[in-house]
Amino acid sequence: MSASTQSIGGQSAADRAILLSARGITKQFAGVEVLRDVDLDLYAGEIHALLGENGAGKSTFAKIVAGVHRPSRGVLLLNNARIEVLSPLAAQKLGITLIHQEPISFPDLSISENLALGRDDGKPLGRVRWAELKREANSLMAQLGIMIDVTRPMRGLSIADQQMVEIARALASESKLIIMDEPTAPLTPKEVETLFGISRQLRNEGRSIVFISHRLEEVRALCDRVTIFRDGNKIATEETKNLTDAEIIRLMIGREVKGYIPKHKTTVGEVALAVEGLTLPGRFENISFEIRKGEIVGLGGLVGAGRTDVARAIFGVAPAASGTIAVNGQVVEIREPADAVAQGLAFVPEDRAVAGIFRTLPVSQNITAAVPEMIAPKGFIRHGLERTIALDSVKKMMIRLVSPRQPIGELSGGNQQKAILARWLLTDPKILILDEPTRGVDIGVKAEFYEMIGALAASGRAILLISSELPELLALSDRVLVMSEGQLTGDFARGDATEESVMHAAVPRRKVVGDAQAAA
Amino acid sequence: MTIIALLRRREAGIIVMIVIFSLFVGVLQPRFLTSETLRIVLLAVPLVMIAAMGEMMVIVARHVDLSIGSILGFSSIVAGMLWRDHPGLPVLLGVVAALATGSALGLVNGLVVTIFRLPSIIVTLGTLSLYRGLLFFYSDSRQVDPQYIPRDIIGMSQTSPIFGIPWIIIVACVIALATYFFLDHTRLGRQIYAIGSNPTAAPLRGIRAAPVTILVFVISGALAGVAGVLYASRFGYVNPGITGVGFEFTVIAPIVIGGVSINGGVGSVGGTALGVLLLGAVSVALPVLGVSGFWQNAIYGAVILFALVIDRSVRQGGLKGLLARDAA
Amino acid sequence: MTTNLPPSASSQDASKPLWRATLMRPETMTLVLLVAAIIVGSLLSRFFDSLSFILESATYYSEFSIVALVLTLVIISGEIDLSPAAMMALSACLFGSAFQAGVPIGLAMVISIVSGVVMGAFNGFMVLWLRLPSLMVTIGTLTMYRGLAQILAGDRSISKFPTWFVGVDYRELYGVPIPVLIFIFASIVLAVVLGTTILGRQIYQIGTSEVAARYAGIKVRRIKFMLFVSMGVVSAICGLIATSRLASVRYDLASGGELQMVLIVMLGGTYIFGGRGTILGTFIASWLLVIIATGMTVADIPVTYQLTVMGLLLIVSIISTNLIYSRNQA
Repeated sequence: MSASTQSIGGQSAADRAILLSARGITKQFAGVEVLRDVDLDLYAGEIHALLGENGAGKSTFAKIVAGVHRPSRGVLLLNNARIEVLSPLAAQKLGITLIHQEPISFPDLSISENLALGRDDGKPLGRVRWAELKREANSLMAQLGIMIDVTRPMRGLSIADQQMVEIARALASESKLIIMDEPTAPLTPKEVETLFGISRQLRNEGRSIVFISHRLEEVRALCDRVTIFRDGNKIATEETKNLTDAEIIRLMIGREVKGYIPKHKTTVGEVALAVEGLTLPGRFENISFEIRKGEIVGLGGLVGAGRTDVARAIFGVAPAASGTIAVNGQVVEIREPADAVAQGLAFVPEDRAVAGIFRTLPVSQNITAAVPEMIAPKGFIRHGLERTIALDSVKKMMIRLVSPRQPIGELSGGNQQKAILARWLLTDPKILILDEPTRGVDIGVKAEFYEMIGALAASGRAILLISSELPELLALSDRVLVMSEGQLTGDFARGDATEESVMHAAVPRRKVVGDAQAAA
Repeated sequence: MTIIALLRRREAGIIVMIVIFSLFVGVLQPRFLTSETLRIVLLAVPLVMIAAMGEMMVIVARHVDLSIGSILGFSSIVAGMLWRDHPGLPVLLGVVAALATGSALGLVNGLVVTIFRLPSIIVTLGTLSLYRGLLFFYSDSRQVDPQYIPRDIIGMSQTSPIFGIPWIIIVACVIALATYFFLDHTRLGRQIYAIGSNPTAAPLRGIRAAPVTILVFVISGALAGVAGVLYASRFGYVNPGITGVGFEFTVIAPIVIGGVSINGGVGSVGGTALGVLLLGAVSVALPVLGVSGFWQNAIYGAVILFALVIDRSVRQGGLKGLLARDAA
Repeated sequence: MTTNLPPSASSQDASKPLWRATLMRPETMTLVLLVAAIIVGSLLSRFFDSLSFILESATYYSEFSIVALVLTLVIISGEIDLSPAAMMALSACLFGSAFQAGVPIGLAMVISIVSGVVMGAFNGFMVLWLRLPSLMVTIGTLTMYRGLAQILAGDRSISKFPTWFVGVDYRELYGVPIPVLIFIFASIVLAVVLGTTILGRQIYQIGTSEVAARYAGIKVRRIKFMLFVSMGVVSAICGLIATSRLASVRYDLASGGELQMVLIVMLGGTYIFGGRGTILGTFIASWLLVIIATGMTVADIPVTYQLTVMGLLLIVSIISTNLIYSRNQA
């Protein structure tokens, strides 16, 4: 369709003006390398897709270019001149705009004002020309084909509309490079078409667009070239038309399994947890599954598919609006986590820093937080007993620390996670929900976790394992469920689950083809 | 739903409330509905109106200034003592001194809040007391008696340049209009809303939150200083133990009822002004109805709580969402 | 790094030397100030040599100090309550009015305690069920409760209580006035609750991270509600103590007391953002405030001037506690 406007024949690549070059971009978070030596050239006037699994490094790369993160090493060149992108604002001044998945907005201000803020560097006491702002906003929104009252506040707009406002902002700011991080996820097919039309128009004006998406159809329909990331490395940059879907998926996955994953024997017992028709509007819909004693059920899917929401609903953090949860065949009402704990559930949350640890409190207190009756049999805390229990957990889980009195915030991520798992093991849970248990954990420690998870299942516990690392999910799970956009889209027995099959079920594939569904 | 929709346009809601309230009082006590009452109400509100304009900016920026009563008292005493002790100096100098005092005290609030990133309510609870104590020191606990308040200042509450409207009402109107222009029509004004609406995003749009926040506290202090001068004009004396005591609630209550959200980012000058008029009418009506003035505090407290609940329910999308279980 | 050490940890028991950890605690700062205040006080006036003089002065501040103990728990849990002084006034006015209306004094006391429960529960409801910020809610209720007291009592003062009821501050046990004794007793009880029980432990955990506490199965809302109700009850009790001490009650009882209560808690090193603080700190700070206030009174500094010192102390103590904690965390 747009091939005629493009002239990136293989040989002409060298002639094309390069807008932005990245050389040797490396990024570490807390000692963990999430991006390694990435070299990448973006041409002026192209739409370039970044593809990769969750955590492959594509978003991190985008955020470095847009000034959200600083690279640990490496340089960026804009029009062959070295640039330091110190902040998002600096990026904007250089003509680089990042459109976040969760758009930044001032909810109480009007659309037109959100569009104007930060763009004009006028005098602080200069007049705000409302009529002009409104006219400008109307024309921008008209370009995007959106009929909306630009004087209404942002609060209450759908994510899709907020996104459109962000895109309009980028249009207005004359950005040379617009990075869109999964912009289409909340959009309706019609809105997607509009967005694509705008994107092509911008490209034809000579601007560049970086498009991060999981949807291969969209990438194929829109993008001139793709770059594929895996495990923090750039794997390939290729013209889209030279790759088949199967090739792209193979490049995205195919990562080797790190750490020893024991084959755990499945001696599956009766149903421990049964979830029936669980629904929370806007998050997930009609989720039903069972987990048996001794079984590890993996829950795969892309970020934002609703996996964590389901886990939080089961544990009572944000209960579902409808549907039932049955523990050992009994339907139970779980209205808050305390109810879930009483039913023998345990939950290792994904967001360890906020929902897991008490950062400034001692490791021992963190470990015993869920078993007050154990450390205080008569209501008064017996510190000796607590210490013994904590040290016992420390030894069993091989937690590396100086003292159990040390604040848990001083430990490494892996050791913090072990302490959280230790906390729940003390409650002797029958059902464990592990949400990304190995995220931010060193490779060596990961293997220890795999062994522990296997052993826990072998001791007759039911485990729901949420993981974005496919190899881990496949190696550990007896059964793999896959979610996509709030729905269960796959249920594979151990033998049938492959990286390809899971990925196919996880990738949403309906928007471009045109299954008309209203945006959330 | 219609109630919520009406309250969404808070200004309309308040006008309706003022009308209903006046009619209600008028039926019970017909002498309430006279131009004399209007005059009393209008004379009662300028102090509150002026201070409310500053406090409103602070609340829009997602802070609170509890110290304005003490700032008002301090500014007022500084001006009063200048007039008393240096009768030869121009009267205007006292006004300037009051303004400078208010700004300086507001500056201290702003600096402590922004540099140490402390909750402004606690900081200004401290300065509320600190400034009041200093004011006793400074004034030697002595009242500035009526004979020392310059004739021109007293006259502001009585004489009129135009249509028989006293000066203090005109001053209040000018300040309200200026605030309206500043908040609604200048970039800086809009930045205050942006900071209150989403403080973390403000720097991403190039807004320097710290200096703007400090400025807002300075303006609030300065306007409390102006209110201090008007206090001297209206009441004809300044007393360190009385002037401005408890004034913060008199000011905060009409602001929140006027639709300024305690969560920042929301609120209009019009709403605030109408809120001031409504509560002004209430305070004038109480004695007319034979209700003791003791009710005033309880009403102000209830008004603040009521406004908090309304604000919450508007955000939550109706009263039904109000009691919904939280998700985090 | 520390994390590479073997798990055998018994040899060494803290990541920092104990003396440094102790010295860096805000309570230590409070204690040093207290000692300094006592020394300066005794240099300035012989009154300070007499323990009974200090104990007698302490009765004037005991009500605020007792409330500050419970307020410490509230602030550690990550909330605040600015309404206790107003709750003292309203519950005391209810007591006085009921007594004057002929209700037996015992029943009147029960009424005042029940009113404390209701007021505290109302604060808790607004904060925990309507999810409004406790700072703003209690600013509102502080005004409203005080206003209701004003409506109830007008500007008259209610007195003529039976002699057995008045003058609790003149009664002594082992030479210690009863209100001071109550304060010491309450300090011990609350120190035990906060320091050695599961409830206390969970209060710290909630204040450290409310989300993590909820995920760990702690009943956050129930505990916080209980704390708000306790504030009401303690305020009502202290309202009665104040009534007995003053032998009369007016609507402006304990007026401005919220400042002093918050000041005591902050001076005692409790972290304004929750999660840290001790009853010991509040206990020491109470005495520090007694010494300072008495010292100023002895030095003939009028009460009005003392506001300066109170306000300044409040601001300085939040800033310094804040700095100490943020440095410890770095």
